[in-house]
Amino acid sequence: MSFWKDPLKVAADWLMGIFTGWGMPEIAAQILIGLLGVVFLLSALMVLDIGLVWVERKVVSRFQSRIGPNRVGPFGLIQPFADIIKLLIKEDITPQGADKVVYNLAPILSMMSVLVLWAVVPLAPTIAGVDLNVGALYIIATGAIGTLSIIMAGWSSNNKYSLIGAFREVAVLLSFEIPMLTTMLIPTIFAGSMGVLAITQAQDIWFVFKAPLAALIFLIAAIAELGRAPFDMGEAESELVSGYNIEYSGMKFGMFYAGELLHAFTFGGFWAILFFGGYRFFGLEQVSPFLAVAVILFKALIGYWIIMWIKYTLLRIRIDHMLAFNWKFLTPVAFVLLMVTAFMNTFLRGTPTWLYISSMFLSNVLLGWISLEVARSYSRKEREKAEGPKQVIQAHH
Amino acid sequence: MNPWIYVGFFFLIGVIVPGAAIGVAWVLGPKKPNPIKDTTYECGIETVGDSWVQFKAQYYIFALVFLIFDVETVFLFPWAVKLGQLGMFAVLEGILFILILIVGLVYTWRKGMLEWA
Repeated sequence: MSFWKDPLKVAADWLMGIFTGWGMPEIAAQILIGLLGVVFLLSALMVLDIGLVWVERKVVSRFQSRIGPNRVGPFGLIQPFADIIKLLIKEDITPQGADKVVYNLAPILSMMSVLVLWAVVPLAPTIAGVDLNVGALYIIATGAIGTLSIIMAGWSSNNKYSLIGAFREVAVLLSFEIPMLTTMLIPTIFAGSMGVLAITQAQDIWFVFKAPLAALIFLIAAIAELGRAPFDMGEAESELVSGYNIEYSGMKFGMFYAGELLHAFTFGGFWAILFFGGYRFFGLEQVSPFLAVAVILFKALIGYWIIMWIKYTLLRIRIDHMLAFNWKFLTPVAFVLLMVTAFMNTFLRGTPTWLYISSMFLSNVLLGWISLEVARSYSRKEREKAEGPKQVIQAHH
Repeated sequence: MNPWIYVGFFFLIGVIVPGAAIGVAWVLGPKKPNPIKDTTYECGIETVGDSWVQFKAQYYIFALVFLIFDVETVFLFPWAVKLGQLGMFAVLEGILFILILIVGLVYTWRKGMLEWA
């Protein structure tokens, strides 16, 4: 029975009994159990990643009125495994003049930067890799490793397309990190902690009701961080062929591809954790940790699906537009939102919950509306400056 | 045990897992390089000149602006954590800090540094 309540502790105790039975010192057994747990979690993630390949291909084909993989196994479910076999037995080509060490390290770092993010993801009240008290900063810091891997891949490939792709991607990643950091401050304010577990536990009412605008800005910044359309500057197929990973083949390309999919899924999960209650769903997480894991994976999948929906619906934006959108719109709005939230949070302290939530919600909606109006009038002015005043067409009756 | 040791495990295994996948592919895959195959890909056209070209200074400026904002925003995290226990004075202090940041943003904007020229 207790296994269903706290599976991690039961499994750890069981393994501890076995290892100490073998005459292992307790500290060594503890380290070994920790390592085994990490191996188990990361292997599960890699299996999940294989599933995501299938999900992504099926969903994109539905968006494009195709059927997608449907020949290998039921609903094409075995297709990703066939892909893996193909990737494994493909020749690994290193282009002339490539910086070999950096070139080979880049795909590994790309995958690693995603895998280490899962160290702080709370899957259930009792199942979390590590409960760091600086979880939010950890997410940002490990995200930078992904950026680094893109620079490494682009620079070391000895290819102009890769290099241009890497420059663009890095400019975009750096820029959109600011609104992302700023909106991550808002759940931190509500929860009073940077820890991801504490943020989840503080959400008796999902933070999205207190800060819908922050959730939206976080999603936009996350899509840019993932380098997915409409912000896929680094890959820009029609201009740069494949961008920073153009010279990669076989499993090295597979690592970039799988890393991107898992990254998108992970950010779907972070979106759920920061704004949609993480593993919490009407007390379901109290019933069993397994249900809690199911809830957070389901929420992450929905977030992932929304990211895919945006990717396959919108067109790519030009890089100058994208950077202008970030620096002249998203960043100021995020900063103003942070100020408004901080002020309202203290100003409304001690008021009844319904008043607090509704004022927070309304202030967010109002701020979003005002900023959209300002942007609209600004762009109208700019357009008139460029095209001359609008010709008034006389109506004929 | 110190939680950062577990984070270290994540980094260790996180390198080993993709590394192993690439290693297996390296063992299983054929290795028949030839000069034509190893040329850099440029849609079938021969590469002209060195690939490590000079790049637009604009990227550098964006990186500089980013650096300032990133560091400043990280300073805001401790403030955000303790905000629930602090009074209105701390909130106004924080707002002042953010306003100074925004002045910096407006300055770069007015200077035309945010234009993709």
